[in-house]
Amino acid sequence: MIEILSGVFLMLGSFFILLSAIGIIKMPDLFTRMSATTKASTLGIGLVLIGTSFFWGSVGIVVRSLAIIVFLLLTAPVAAHIIGRAAYFDKVPLWNKTHIDELKGKYDEDSHELK
Amino acid sequence: MTFIEISVYLSTIIIGLSLLLIFYRIISGPSTEDRIVGLDLLTSNAIAFIAVYSIQSGTTTFLDVGLILALIAFLGTVAFAFYLERRTRK
Repeated sequence: MIEILSGVFLMLGSFFILLSAIGIIKMPDLFTRMSATTKASTLGIGLVLIGTSFFWGSVGIVVRSLAIIVFLLLTAPVAAHIIGRAAYFDKVPLWNKTHIDELKGKYDEDSHELK
Repeated sequence: MTFIEISVYLSTIIIGLSLLLIFYRIISGPSTEDRIVGLDLLTSNAIAFIAVYSIQSGTTTFLDVGLILALIAFLGTVAFAFYLERRTRK
C-alpha cells in the first residue's frame, strides 16, 4: 500500500518536472519562462521527495527530504527575484505582447536604486 | 514487475527527457539570464533524479548529495545574478 502511494507521488512529481521543462522551451520571454520553471519545478521536486520518504519510511530520510523541500521553498523565490532584477537591468527584451511595464522609469539607471 | 518498479522506471525516463529539453534551452538561450535559469532548473532536476535513483539502487546516501546540490545551486545562481547586475551598474 505504501509502495503504491510512493509510486503515485513519484509519477505525479516527474509529470510536473516535465511540465516545467516544456515551459522553459515554449514560453516566449525570460520572465514568463521563470514563472513556469520556479513554481512547477518546486512542486515537482517536492512531490518526488515526498514519494521517496514514503518509500523509505525511516526518520532520517524523512528529515532529509523535508530539509531539501523547505530549503527549495525558501530559496526558489529569492533566486527568481534576483535573476529577474538582473535581467531587467540588463535590458532583456520583454515579449512583444506585453502591454504594461510597471517598473519603467521607477529605477535610477545608474545606481539601480528606486527613485 | 511491481508497481513501484514501473513508476521508478517511468519517472527516470520522464526526468531524463526534461533534462534534455533544458539542455536545449541552455544551448540556444538568447541571453545569459536564460542560461542561468536553465542551469538552476537543471540542478533542481538533478535533485529529483538523485531521489529517484536512491530508490532504484537501494542506497539512501544519495539524498545527502541532493541536500548539498540544493545549497550549491542557490549559491551559484545568486553569484551569477550579482555579477550580471553589477556589470550594468555605473
